[in-house]
Amino acid sequence: MAEEETEEVGLPVLGRKAPDFEAVTTQGTLRLSDFEGTWLVLFSHPADFTPVCTTEFIAFAKIYEELKKRNTELLGLSVDSVSSHIAWTRNVEKKMRVKIPFPIIADLNKEVAKKYGMIHPEQSKTETVRCVFVIDPESKIRAMIYYPLTTGRNMKEILRLIDALQTTDKHKVATPANWKPGDPVVVPPPATAEQAEERLKEGYKCKDWYLCFKKL
Amino acid sequence: MPCVSPDGKPTSSGMAVLKSLKDGALSPKDIASKTGQPLFRVRSGLRELKNAGFVEEAEGKYRLSENGKTLVE
Repeated sequence: MAEEETEEVGLPVLGRKAPDFEAVTTQGTLRLSDFEGTWLVLFSHPADFTPVCTTEFIAFAKIYEELKKRNTELLGLSVDSVSSHIAWTRNVEKKMRVKIPFPIIADLNKEVAKKYGMIHPEQSKTETVRCVFVIDPESKIRAMIYYPLTTGRNMKEILRLIDALQTTDKHKVATPANWKPGDPVVVPPPATAEQAEERLKEGYKCKDWYLCFKKL
Repeated sequence: MPCVSPDGKPTSSGMAVLKSLKDGALSPKDIASKTGQPLFRVRSGLRELKNAGFVEEAEGKYRLSENGKTLVE
């Protein structure tokens, strides 16, 4: 029996510089470097004029102002033309009364999609899966989410993720499971036996030396 | 294109960028806060306005070219 051929998919790596690009979008030609100094949520959707994507675009538009408060921009992408993006977003505005305020990359030659590992052939050979890349102000990849074509993303989780990353950067802490702003954060664990001994006397709320919380 | 139309004329957001430079050279960040446009759009728009000959760049700041001045005045 002939072995099934699998196409390799290169994925970005957390902590590394995000792959550079210059791309045609609904708001002109944009480069990744245009977003330096702000956080960026780069996300892909499978195709314009499709049901799950439409619900997601409306949901992304609804968190746009919340993202701006977090110094974060949004940038969409799919393997469609600018004309298709314009027609679709105009339709969404007319029929669903939601204006799409962020740019969308028209990645017809899949150049950006391939750099970011957005095409997973077992899902679709021609469409991008539902990816989210959180890129920091220094253009480093800080988080990635990959969802299949059938599953719409959760906007609350995207906002929570950005809050967690920004809190981590600002206060040099980590965030526990299901953390949300206002909850106690995790103090980085001690790196030496001496620090472990001292940790319990440092005034944190500790379950044990390796699991200590503090309020910000 | 956000700042220059296919016919080579500045769009309304392009004109807003040009008008922000009326009193002298500014950085993209200053232009963004003066016009209320997102920084990424200002950076992209300045590339277009520069290629179209409406602005000039020196040491990270942009000012109106002679062509740009005729549009704003």
